[in-house]
Amino acid sequence: MEALIGLFVRAVFIENMALAFFLGMCTFIAISKKISTAFGLGVAVIVVLAITVPVNNLIYNYLLADGALAWAGFPDVDLSFLGFLSYIGVIAAMVQILEMFLDRFVPVLYNALGVFLPLITVNCAILGASLWMVERDYNFVESTVFGLGCGVGWALAITALAGVREKLKYSDVPEGLRGLGITFISVGLISLCFMSFGGIDI
Amino acid sequence: MSTTKEVLVDPIFNNNPIALQVLGICSALAVTINMSTTLVMCAAVIFVTTMSNVAVSVVRNRIPTSIRIIVQMTIIASLVIVVDQVLQAVAYDISKSLSVFVGLIITNCIVMGRAEAFAMQNGPYLSALDGLGNALGYSVILIGVALIREPFGAGTLLGFEILPKVTEGGWYVPNGMLLLSPSAFFIIGLFIWAIRAWKTEQVEEAEYEIAPNLQYKEAM
Repeated sequence: MEALIGLFVRAVFIENMALAFFLGMCTFIAISKKISTAFGLGVAVIVVLAITVPVNNLIYNYLLADGALAWAGFPDVDLSFLGFLSYIGVIAAMVQILEMFLDRFVPVLYNALGVFLPLITVNCAILGASLWMVERDYNFVESTVFGLGCGVGWALAITALAGVREKLKYSDVPEGLRGLGITFISVGLISLCFMSFGGIDI
Repeated sequence: MSTTKEVLVDPIFNNNPIALQVLGICSALAVTINMSTTLVMCAAVIFVTTMSNVAVSVVRNRIPTSIRIIVQMTIIASLVIVVDQVLQAVAYDISKSLSVFVGLIITNCIVMGRAEAFAMQNGPYLSALDGLGNALGYSVILIGVALIREPFGAGTLLGFEILPKVTEGGWYVPNGMLLLSPSAFFIIGLFIWAIRAWKTEQVEEAEYEIAPNLQYKEAM
């Protein structure tokens, strides 16, 4: 249990997807002008990450890893080179299913997240989390916690940046830095703050 | 002929994918800590972007619009698998140090963005040039960032010693901050500033202008 909490805290603060590994940067910069939309996108990312990472974990362990097909009578088959294609396929399919499910059963959430869901397929944070999960050899429970933690960390970071940018638009920024330039520098400062979490170990 | 040249050269400075279109920042910055991984990453992106643009452009008239994203995704993912397998066979150490970032070329918005925005409307030849140009624009920024981070952060360039470090009897105290992630954001921010100071038409409009101070005499 302690190890799982430690993993969660690491994923949220110390190894923050957006600020330490630059994942999901495109959406991170593009959709952080208003707190409300940033928060909506953050929630969508949490949901998708918490589902896709464990699903990809199952797919890797029971279909793709070296010797994983032993249950089907192929103990010598190693399909791990098909990894990228399968993970991105799973992500695209999960996002589509989630969209249809929400549309049918939770229309309120669907209306809130609607626009962002398709965008999430091409968000590197989602694929990145699955690839980290494979590289670090997490088991099913660990990968669920890791997916959730990554999502929460990303949502936290984008909401924080949106908060900064909402205030920033009233300030007098040098001409060439307006917009994109100053956003990068504020992200750098936020990332610097998050580095102070480094070394925390539970 | 001027259009072909424009398609190739425009994205390098005038319409840079990173500095203006905000594409492909995702997987890029983490690899700029040293020059060798950066060069490999650039080569990989140049290959994938060019080839995917060609492939998408060739099949563009046969893809139903409703499933085009998944078709593009499959093409790109297959190309990235090729790159990954080649890297693992030829340069295993670099492939290990790039770790997940090779895979992340799939979701690199440059590849996807150019396939969607350019290759879906244009022929294979122009698309290839567009892919090449955009990937070069991306490489210019990446190499620029690595050129600052590696020498000043670790005192080396491509593994060769440039600035002799204090710990090894030299005079240079390495700036460890440049090896950490925040520095990449700062450097890109400053790069954008430099490009916009040069190409002033890229400057964004301010949302709120600060009104000029009309009562300055009173204030004195």
